[in-house]
Amino acid sequence: MNRSLRPLAATAIIFLLCYLAAVIQFPSMLSTRVLGNFLTDNAFLGITAVGMTFVILSGGIDLSVGAVIGFTGVLIAVLISHFGMHPLAAFAVTLTIAALFGAAMGAAIHYMQVPSFIVTLAGMFLARGAASVISPDSIPINHDFYTSVSQAYLLMPGGGRLSLIGGIMVLVFVVGALVAHRTRFGSYVYALGGNTTSAALMGVPVARTTILIYTLSSFLAGLSGVIFSLYTSAGYSLAAVGVELDAIGAVVIGGTLLTGGYGFVAGTFIGVMLMGLVQTYIIFDGTLSSWWTKIVIGVLLFMFILLQRIVFAASAPRKKAFWKV
Amino acid sequence: MTEPATVLQARGVVKVFGQHRALDDVSIDLRAGEVHALLGENGAGKSTLIKILTGAYQATEGEVLLEGQPVRFADPLQAQAAGIGTVYQEVNLLPNRSVAENLFLGHQPTRFGFVQKKVIYAKARAVLATYGLDVDVRAELGSYSVAVQQIVAIARAVELSGKVLVLDEPTASLDRNEVDRLFDIIRQLKARGLAIIFITHFLDQVFAISDRMTVLRNGKLIGTSSLKDVSPTDVVRMMLGKDLEILHPVSTAAEGASGPVMLSFDGFGKPGKVAPVTLDIHRGEVVGVAGLLGSGRTELARLMFGVDTAESGKVTMNGKEISLRSPVQAVQAGFGFCPEDRKADGIFGDLSVRENLIIALQAKLGWFKALNRDEQLEIAGRYAEALDIRAANHDMPIKLLSGGNQQKVILGRWLAIDPNFLILDEPTRGIDVGAHAEIVRTINRLREDGLGLLVISSELDEIVAYSSRVVVMRDRQMVAELHGQDISPKIIVQAIAAQHQEAAE
Ligand SMILES: Nc1ncnc2c1ncn2[C@@H]1O[C@H](COP(=O)(O)OP(=O)(O)OP(=O)(O)O)[C@@H](O)[C@H]1O
Ligand SMILES: [Mg+2]
Repeated sequence: MNRSLRPLAATAIIFLLCYLAAVIQFPSMLSTRVLGNFLTDNAFLGITAVGMTFVILSGGIDLSVGAVIGFTGVLIAVLISHFGMHPLAAFAVTLTIAALFGAAMGAAIHYMQVPSFIVTLAGMFLARGAASVISPDSIPINHDFYTSVSQAYLLMPGGGRLSLIGGIMVLVFVVGALVAHRTRFGSYVYALGGNTTSAALMGVPVARTTILIYTLSSFLAGLSGVIFSLYTSAGYSLAAVGVELDAIGAVVIGGTLLTGGYGFVAGTFIGVMLMGLVQTYIIFDGTLSSWWTKIVIGVLLFMFILLQRIVFAASAPRKKAFWKV
Repeated sequence: MTEPATVLQARGVVKVFGQHRALDDVSIDLRAGEVHALLGENGAGKSTLIKILTGAYQATEGEVLLEGQPVRFADPLQAQAAGIGTVYQEVNLLPNRSVAENLFLGHQPTRFGFVQKKVIYAKARAVLATYGLDVDVRAELGSYSVAVQQIVAIARAVELSGKVLVLDEPTASLDRNEVDRLFDIIRQLKARGLAIIFITHFLDQVFAISDRMTVLRNGKLIGTSSLKDVSPTDVVRMMLGKDLEILHPVSTAAEGASGPVMLSFDGFGKPGKVAPVTLDIHRGEVVGVAGLLGSGRTELARLMFGVDTAESGKVTMNGKEISLRSPVQAVQAGFGFCPEDRKADGIFGDLSVRENLIIALQAKLGWFKALNRDEQLEIAGRYAEALDIRAANHDMPIKLLSGGNQQKVILGRWLAIDPNFLILDEPTRGIDVGAHAEIVRTINRLREDGLGLLVISSELDEIVAYSSRVVVMRDRQMVAELHGQDISPKIIVQAIAAQHQEAAE
């Protein structure tokens, strides 16, 4: 099997095993209703994680996404509640701002040759700070559009509901996978993660690709903010603290190598679902403190990083070439 | 007869790195339908010049003209778009991506914005077939040998070159068959009217394929001339600025002269890598290893150094059995190993020349006996001088050195630990004629000092020049051991070629 497929396969198997174990204990977990809630509850994390997958594949990291979610939430709430804007117009404005913010970070990373870690850390403080300046308090959103959208769903067989937000997440994953694996841009992302010098010498437009990657990540974080605002019907500057770390966790659990160059968008989906599963299990159980989620996820992460080291650190098996003599 | 048109031209190019003038007023012109050799010692500025021609570096002064028009390529992509395909010396493509993607990255055919993978795979297979390469184009490039990667890099450059093809030491890791094949392709491209720049340290290859040549020395242009008008001696004189007395010091070591057995490998092997090998290494002898690429030579070396762990057999050193399960144990036993793929396995790109030189010695001394700065400087200075390593200073990152000079640093690193047994895998790859003779002399000197050496090389003349014994590898087995009179290029070729007949049967 292809080396890079192994962590993905491992994640998938572990997810299935965990799900099976959970179902054996709580048979009601095997229903489209639970599945539907799964998708809805993790929608904002999933969407952010897609952007994070691109960033990590290219060998970078984006610590600003949680703050961007918080910022967009507050901005949307202010635009709707204080300025009376239509939600769709407010979404367009905030998504544009988020994308530009990402582009600026990408440009700083490329042109100033500053590690992405530093630039996005600065971006995180900036976005979080800006959100608090706009409004330190939680702003409720009361708008007919919100009520109708957050209740829109598709009935699945078995009585489960695929909410609009869950659906958007699935769509983002599908589009993300297509972009990563099927477009030139996607191949450039992997190229940067493989070896930046070689990529540049091979003619990869490094500047444009880097800027686009961070634009995409911030845009998706913005979209996550939109979803989060639909989900909570409010905007709060301290919302989604630490989501960047959950997203990184989901990406790594999904089999993407933290140093870049190897991984799949679909893996991230499983990663997000696995994290969701742990959470749901703990809720079903009822006796465990929700901090157990963190502990289990910590253990999972550790396992996966170990697994990747085993798969990738072992020297690549050299295939024998066959020469037609 | 009219002169063919000039395609690409550089005029009065100067390139300054910090204090160092890597190129000083260099001009070169390439004509349509010619193979133009670019020659010079390690560090002469060849790679720097082609990087300027292809947009990877910007000239400090001077200009580049394409078909008479001044051009400024901001990056290699623009040069590619103008029809200039390049294989850079550090050919590492993208080990994490498929062979096919490496061939077509940036030029993948798309439909509705989506890459057509099937089309790419089919095209990649067709392209590589013209090089006689039959590999799984969907597999990661990194899973193939350096030679395969090199051919993929060449194929990529050829696909991209509408007008100019630049090859910076493309043959360094290819064997004879592959070189012949490459030359066939170069001839076809030449007939199509491409201008081709060819950089190499193999003079016979220069004479075999090139029409004209330009020589650089210390960043200065020495001259351009037609190869019809010069002899190899003239070329060497132009490159070095002096005559080289002995190109191949023929001091074949008499086998009897070697000392007692130092090391014996007994049934040493690993299934799937190398069939069990039984071999004694004496003090003061050089064992040459010949064989085609992929015959298991490098695998044997890695096994002997503990990089891969042997699964059968044992090793005795001076009568005592030793364990060789990791490179650390090998270093403790006084082994040194200069690997073939220096970019991937050899250098620490961001560390300084000095640190790269002392790192093995430090590893041998262990954690608690740190070398102080004066000792480091002394050791680095000694080996830099002995091997004629040219760097502006020893504190610059090794990745900024020219390719050949990096190779010398790795050799120096292992000499510094004062080894008993030294394994050299293609030690003269990418090294200029002057330094080449120096390395052959060094090998002979080490042998006289009583070291045991195992030297892998594709250069038969070279193997013959220093080996006391030659073993031949074929299909991951040791199949012949040649002594005395049998050590001649002709007989070695026969021993290697025997496999083709058998394989054909
Ligand atoms: N980016 C850089 N920064 C500083 N110095 C450099 C850089 N690139 C090259 N040099 C220096 O420029 C000189 C010429 O190097 P170049 O790589 O062009 O040599 P070369 O002729 O290709 O040699 P070789 O045959 O060993 O490949 C060397 O002294 C090298 O150290
Ligand atoms: Mg060079």
